[in-house]
Amino acid sequence: MKGNEALAEAAIRAGCKCFFGYPITPQTELAAYMAKRMHKAGGVFLQAESEIAAINMVLGAASTGVRAMTSSSSPGISLKSEGISYIAGSDLPAVIINVERGGPGLGGIQPSQADYWQATRALGHGDFHLLVFAPASVQEMVDMVVKAFDRADKYRMPAMILADGLLGQMMEPVSFPEINPDAYDKSGWAANGHGFKREHHIINSLYLKPDELQNSVYERFERYEKIKQTETDAELYLTEDCDILVCAFGATARVAKSAVNSAREAGIKAGLFRPKTLWPYPVKEINEACKTAKKLLSVEMSMGQMIDDIKLAINCSKPVEFFGRTGGVVPTPAEILEQIKKIGGAE
Amino acid sequence: MAVVFERPKSLIDIPTHYCPGCTHGIVHRILCEVIDEMGIEGDTVGVCPVGCSVMAYDYFNCDMIEAAHGRAPAVATGVKRTNPDKFVFTYQGDGDLAAIGTAETVHVATRGENIVVIFINNTIYGMTGGQMAPTTIPGQVTQTTPYGRDPELAGYPVKVCEMLSTLTGTAFAQRVAVDTVPHVREAKKAIRKAFENQKEKRGFSIVEVLSTCPTNWGLTPLEAIKRLQDEMIPYYPLGVYKDVTEGVFSHSEKGGNE
Repeated sequence: MKGNEALAEAAIRAGCKCFFGYPITPQTELAAYMAKRMHKAGGVFLQAESEIAAINMVLGAASTGVRAMTSSSSPGISLKSEGISYIAGSDLPAVIINVERGGPGLGGIQPSQADYWQATRALGHGDFHLLVFAPASVQEMVDMVVKAFDRADKYRMPAMILADGLLGQMMEPVSFPEINPDAYDKSGWAANGHGFKREHHIINSLYLKPDELQNSVYERFERYEKIKQTETDAELYLTEDCDILVCAFGATARVAKSAVNSAREAGIKAGLFRPKTLWPYPVKEINEACKTAKKLLSVEMSMGQMIDDIKLAINCSKPVEFFGRTGGVVPTPAEILEQIKKIGGAE
Repeated sequence: MAVVFERPKSLIDIPTHYCPGCTHGIVHRILCEVIDEMGIEGDTVGVCPVGCSVMAYDYFNCDMIEAAHGRAPAVATGVKRTNPDKFVFTYQGDGDLAAIGTAETVHVATRGENIVVIFINNTIYGMTGGQMAPTTIPGQVTQTTPYGRDPELAGYPVKVCEMLSTLTGTAFAQRVAVDTVPHVREAKKAIRKAFENQKEKRGFSIVEVLSTCPTNWGLTPLEAIKRLQDEMIPYYPLGVYKDVTEGVFSHSEKGGNE
């Protein structure tokens, strides 16, 4: 199944009842799949007039306690950032998919990971975070969409799948897990008509009194602390004895894995650290992975964004080198191997 | 003793933040009277975006959602599509509806989204302190048109009912005012009609209410009412611009786009 279509099918199976989107390459197959399937699945598919409208439709649907999502690619995500901030400020669950392409500006339509900072630091104004999942295969896209809906509901916050054009267009076999959708009781806050049976519910992100706004942000950050303790996830590959720890996520991690294998064949003790959650960042896991490492190498399809989190996570205790390609250029295993050798040779 | 006049039940009994002489209070009241008379408070979700009425969620006793500036029609679409049997309304000002939210406004209407939009047109941005609105009349002095709105520089006002009545998805568009008792009664009738349309799933209904903003117009409440009558009503004529139940269509639709 194609990555973009697998994302859509997984969402429907996870109980997503609404998809609101706006056309943009390279995620169009997702919306097309939704258009075909959603009505039959008893849900809502609507092509909105803009990315801005689409994310606000998600806000409206999520306000009534229904699982809702939108998908886009980099420039479209920028347009959605206002709505994402309101969703976070209103403590609403929602799933947002970013099938990244190159930027800035209109950029290109080839794969990129240059929205890492945007996803993990600045997806809208104000103090807030999203859960950010980084799949590296079509199967993981499926599994992470299911998890994203679950965790978004559990923590009442937006969750993002940060994929890229390569994963979106990739075809791989997938299996769909048994899903128990929507196990969460939303009757305590959903705004879907009180039926004269309860007080009216208000979905709101406005607090004009500074101490009230501060308290609402404090409450959210207490939740974030719990999430940091329990929700991190990463793959550690050949890290037990590694001298060089290659760090990469998403599609880049697949290329990096080939390079690590080649390095091992060449007698270099390389290992791979692949974060599956970008927020919260797997701090404990990377420290575990780099125990024996003398140097780290961050490989990204950007000019170096995740490298900031790596340095923070290990408290700059070891040198962290960088290798990246950008603008839609995908790094090759040979290039990465060369970097590994260069770093190893400098010992 | 028999009570002959009381507060609508769906209008919460707390002081509002509106300025003295502002007509938001009248519109809130007649909207809530309609909700009470139809007995739909428990089945209604309101959406109030940024503007003077952004805190109306504290006043209306139905479920309420606060929306970003201009985005109420999109939020309302999300609510209505997931809850087609609930009543959904937005309550929007002129800057919200006819400037930053123009795309959302046009498309919610053209989709024939089965919701009610209450549109407060007071020809000015109230909450931010009196800047030029998309509906500011040529010559009108505001904070950002200190020499009066010059169409050469700032363009012309948007006439919302006229514009939306050209769209096939619009079922009902009426402009009313709340300056006199007969006009207030007419306004309430229009709001009732809009909600009845929603009940009958007729499509998109908008009631544009010409309102006052004494504070930012720099007038007393009475002078403000007089300005509404002398300047606004001639520029924004009252009346039904579209009503599919009465056979009232715009010229463009008569021209055969259906």
